[in-house]
Amino acid sequence: MHIGIDVGGTNTDAVLVEGRRVLAECKTTTTADVTSGIVEAVDGLRAVRAFDPAAINAVMIGTTHFVNAVVEGRGLAQTAAVRLGLPATKALPPFVDWPQRLRQVIGGHAYLCHGGHEYDGRVISPLNEDELRGVATDIAAKGVRSVAISSVFSLVNGDFERQAAEILTAEVPDLLVSFSHEIGRLGLLERENATIINAALRELAEQIADGLTESLTAQGIHAPLYLSQNDGTLMDLEYARCYPVATFSSGPTNSMRGGAFLSGLDECAVIDIGGTTTDVGMLNNGFPREASSEVVISGVRTNFRMPDVLSVGLGGGSVVRSQPQGVEIGPESVGFRLSQQALVFGGDTLTATDVAVAAGLADIGDRALVKHLDRALVRAVLDHVCERIATQVDRMRTCPAPLPVVLVGGGSVLVPDQVEGISELIRPPHHAFANAIGAAIAQVGGEVDRVFTIDPSRREEVLDSARQEAVDKAVAAGARADSVRIVEVEEIPLAYLPGNASRVRARAVGDLVLDDAPRRARA
Amino acid sequence: MREIGADELRQIARGAAILGTGGGGDPYIGRLVAEQAVLEYGPVLAAELHEVPDDAVVAGIGMIGAPTVMIEKLPAGQEAVTAFLTLQREIGRPITHVLPIEVGGMNSLAPFPVAASLGLPVLDADCMGRAFPMVQMVVCTLDGVLAKPLAIADEKGNSIVLDVRDNHWAERLARSATIGMGCTALMSSFPMSGKQARDITIPGTLTLASRLGRLVEQARRDRQDPCAAIASFLGGRVLFTGKVVDVMRATDPGFAKGEAWLEGMAAYDGGNCRLAFQNEHLVASRDGAVVASVPDLICVLDAEGEPVPAERLRYGQRVSVVGAPCHPRWRTPEGLALVGPSAFGYSHDYTPLGA
Repeated sequence: MHIGIDVGGTNTDAVLVEGRRVLAECKTTTTADVTSGIVEAVDGLRAVRAFDPAAINAVMIGTTHFVNAVVEGRGLAQTAAVRLGLPATKALPPFVDWPQRLRQVIGGHAYLCHGGHEYDGRVISPLNEDELRGVATDIAAKGVRSVAISSVFSLVNGDFERQAAEILTAEVPDLLVSFSHEIGRLGLLERENATIINAALRELAEQIADGLTESLTAQGIHAPLYLSQNDGTLMDLEYARCYPVATFSSGPTNSMRGGAFLSGLDECAVIDIGGTTTDVGMLNNGFPREASSEVVISGVRTNFRMPDVLSVGLGGGSVVRSQPQGVEIGPESVGFRLSQQALVFGGDTLTATDVAVAAGLADIGDRALVKHLDRALVRAVLDHVCERIATQVDRMRTCPAPLPVVLVGGGSVLVPDQVEGISELIRPPHHAFANAIGAAIAQVGGEVDRVFTIDPSRREEVLDSARQEAVDKAVAAGARADSVRIVEVEEIPLAYLPGNASRVRARAVGDLVLDDAPRRARA
Repeated sequence: MREIGADELRQIARGAAILGTGGGGDPYIGRLVAEQAVLEYGPVLAAELHEVPDDAVVAGIGMIGAPTVMIEKLPAGQEAVTAFLTLQREIGRPITHVLPIEVGGMNSLAPFPVAASLGLPVLDADCMGRAFPMVQMVVCTLDGVLAKPLAIADEKGNSIVLDVRDNHWAERLARSATIGMGCTALMSSFPMSGKQARDITIPGTLTLASRLGRLVEQARRDRQDPCAAIASFLGGRVLFTGKVVDVMRATDPGFAKGEAWLEGMAAYDGGNCRLAFQNEHLVASRDGAVVASVPDLICVLDAEGEPVPAERLRYGQRVSVVGAPCHPRWRTPEGLALVGPSAFGYSHDYTPLGA
């Protein structure tokens, strides 16, 4: 048995799962500190169905804690950004386009050093060890404990980032290092920004990892702990200490993965309707498609991998207004105050949920309180919801073939069974817990993402070695070797570049080895 | 002359992205570099062409190379100044005004670090009125102003001066030098007198970009259709609105080349549109007939009025295709020979986008 938990902004959802079966589910309110909410969720599960903590062999958690820490600017560590690339890049030092407030919170310690590569792997300038030792001295003097290292074209060659880390940690042994080539994509500023954010979260990640371990141990659960990543695979707690940034979009990802899992579909669109927003995403091969452009987080441009999710302000708590030119739904929402403000709960705000109840789509609160609603209005609201949802799905498509659509989340009661423009609409059982179930799908992955200069005659060879490396990484991450498969191979020739430089990306995913072994002790 | 400060740089960048017609590179990096220069040295003076004395010495500035490399190997900041000073040394006279070579895309702001740090005015003009992928594709070529000498500088401190036979050779030689420099460099060339600049270059294009940028923001605030606003401002029109249903890319090293097919929506329901691109959007055909063609501007915009680069076209996007007339000089026989359909390998005849 294992436990999946999704810690959202409002609710913490938990499920107890055995194989593909959901044994118990429970919803609690998210607490300010992640750990006590998780304890409550596990207690809640126990209350629904008693289990022996020793029989739990894994706990998987999806959390928005880290992204919220950045948005709120709390719990962030003083961070140094060391960039290798001089004389290139000098015009735009680290933190150049950051919001003042966030830069102040993490100190804005920026260091420009020599190093970096050209697009074809030539060295821009060699590393300067003395220069880096000087940086180390300064970092130590300022008491900074976490550093983000970025080097020009480190996706072509990451050696300088690693060598610089060795020099810095030789001087400052307890320094936490984050590497840009492991975090972002092509585009130095955005990749560096993502790496700095990761570095700023490292101390918090340590605290959370320790807190989670302690609180589950106190519950008698000694199974390994995993956190969900943006791409839908799991990372173990030790990895999570190093890459907290990889959890940023795990909420929508888990919902999508959970929806696909519950419906048994690998290729589908998933619509997750919550209280305030609707997220629409696409699954290819069971995994969410990735966004191709920059992602702005709290005013900072980044480019780490996030699922391609289209969010619109439409949910169960959306406020409904009747206007002369038609109905308007959202983006304002009563959110978690639905149970006080909605008409069906005796409140005075007309919400989308009230309309769903009036239409007989849902049985929430007191139906008598919405009996008076004008039928034409109810019809207009439902039509509007259907139209918006069908449009969003169509926007996310990549080909004209019919596409099954899976509907999950508490707000999905708004959608009738037939929607024009959607050929097949599936509402799987347990859909209100899709996010926690998505977290509980025990898969781990391995990924290769580098720029290769590909000689056309050796193309297959290069792609094969990238595939094999991805498989090996998945196994190293804990996947059962016979279950590992390649879910994605992508070769993108770099535009405006001469020669045969291509970015090759291969991802492999396999089932996590779930055994009864206790949590591995680690250094 | 008027001052251009950090706020207006933002507007110019926004407008320049639209004038980039799908190519020209994302002006983000160029804007940040220009902003840093303006923050350090103060606002830049922009001179209108009629304010330039006959005997002024004008030189163009622009980036050459791959925008995809520029976003990774950021500039050192001195490249443009080095290229400019190298050119100045070569011609042996002080240059009095700097000129953007290309208003479309990231190049629109390339002269600003030079203008700011050396205290020189920038001309409110350019040599393309849009974006084009090659050095010779400038109005200067039509009037015998050569890219000679041509100075190129990289971020490592290398610089080269080229003495070329004509502007086509300038493209060929400057391009190979740039590849050696790691695919990004700044160039300064097309030295000309104030009188030549007045007679030849395309006037008012920085202001045009700036007003275009402001217009998009205004249209959004007023909840008006930004695409229609852009079309009318540029003296063109919306040619099609639809959804991208297929994108085909050819692998041609160095070019983002291919075609996209659109299915009509709203007023264009039932119709279709084909876009051909080579870095920039070059030809738009509606229901089988060419409705706009290079050298006229073809801007592909999303519903918010954000330009969609050719590299980022993908299935499912809702876009409007806006056609706008190019500078009249491009519509002459010699203009069309240089940047018309045949210069890009197309066989159709050019029909000017009608008013």
